[in-house]
Amino acid sequence: MIRVVLPAHLRTLAQVNGELSVNVTGPVTLRSVLDALEAQYPTLKGTMRDHVTQKRRPFVRFFACEQDLSHDSPDTPLPDAVAKATEPLLIVGAMAGG
Amino acid sequence: MSGVRVLVGTHKGAFVLTSDGKRERWEVSGPHFAGWDIYHAKGSPVDPNRIYASQSSGWFGQLIQRSDDGGKTWQPVGNQFTYEGVAGTHQWYDGTPHPWEFKRVWHLEPSLTDAETVYAGVEDAAMFRSADGGKTWAELPGLRKHGSGPHWQPGAGGMCLHTIALDPINAGRMFIAISAAGAFRSDDSGETWKPINRGLVSQGIPNPNAEVGHCVHRIALHPSRPDVLFMQKHWDVMRSDDAGESWHEVSGNLPTDFGFPIDVHAHEPETIYVVPIKSDSEHYPPEGKLRVYRSRTGGNEWEPLTKGLPQNDCYVNVLRDAMAVDSLDDCGIYFGTTGGQVYASADSGDNWAPIVRDLPAVLSVEVQTLK
Repeated sequence: MIRVVLPAHLRTLAQVNGELSVNVTGPVTLRSVLDALEAQYPTLKGTMRDHVTQKRRPFVRFFACEQDLSHDSPDTPLPDAVAKATEPLLIVGAMAGG
Repeated sequence: MSGVRVLVGTHKGAFVLTSDGKRERWEVSGPHFAGWDIYHAKGSPVDPNRIYASQSSGWFGQLIQRSDDGGKTWQPVGNQFTYEGVAGTHQWYDGTPHPWEFKRVWHLEPSLTDAETVYAGVEDAAMFRSADGGKTWAELPGLRKHGSGPHWQPGAGGMCLHTIALDPINAGRMFIAISAAGAFRSDDSGETWKPINRGLVSQGIPNPNAEVGHCVHRIALHPSRPDVLFMQKHWDVMRSDDAGESWHEVSGNLPTDFGFPIDVHAHEPETIYVVPIKSDSEHYPPEGKLRVYRSRTGGNEWEPLTKGLPQNDCYVNVLRDAMAVDSLDDCGIYFGTTGGQVYASADSGDNWAPIVRDLPAVLSVEVQTLK
């Protein structure tokens, strides 16, 4: 089980409150977590990464364990603490505007 | 019992305003999709309970929402808009090639005959169609690839396909407009397209009479007479009597012929409405007076409509998709402002009153007449 925290607008869209969890089989990476997230909540498809290229949307950021993972390869293993569910993966809308 | 439902898209959500046929008392529902840009929402003429809405965000991209109960509840449907084949390039503001990139849906136009079919006008400019109630979308690539696409250039608001007008008499005919490429027509349900910009003159482009490159802001037609088109261009109010083959200017005595929306009275095909805006660098009404101008002669002769509208210190704008008419016996006219007011007139524009005063900036207004 992987813990995930979505930004407010995506929580509304997915109709969830607070933190959620997804099951990932195999290596725990950004790609596998996002795959699992989109499978469980299909309305999130296209809101975090491009439908076709799978590229991260420019104003979406990924953090965990006080690290910025936004620019890591989507196939890099996530920190152990995320894989062991002691820490959540934070999906964040980038600070922009006033 | 008759009534109206006004669908309002704003920078921070959608609102549904309903009233009976008197249009005096209004119920306000919303915000739906709070915090998101709702560029447009429009109901199906076949099934008024079917409404499509474009929901977008600079952070999280594009969603399409669908309601099957007149806007009470919504469900997200398909949001994958992929250009067909190699997207190629159009021109950037400085004339250099720029790759075609999907940004958002500006306009949704439900089919006149099938509630499951809906067209989407998008930025970067292209036309998409769904035949399954918005679940899946396919580009009509004949528009983008008809030949002039690589020469299209964005307007100040982006390179958006913002107007789709379906011809209710000539099957398969449709008109669209793109900023800043111009107007185009298809006679075969969107398979092939031709530019229809002859007669438009736009200072500020290398060839002021060019086939494409004109910043068309809005096109309107009356369903009984779809060969007659009215256009609010960046500057100039224009008219065509031959389905866009040629245009002539009908700005007449307007105080300024810059503006965004234009619309036609539901029962009088020669009665049209515009909202003059001071200039392309000062997007507010001249003299701080919010005035709708009406022509009962199909253009050239215009009268200001001011009763109930602010006549001093008013510096709002009215955007291109933010005016609509109902089809009750006494035609209602509606428009929304960037200041968050939605004004309604239940007597063809003679008298106005705000339905709401303090919404987020209004991006679009559509009206459903409920019989």
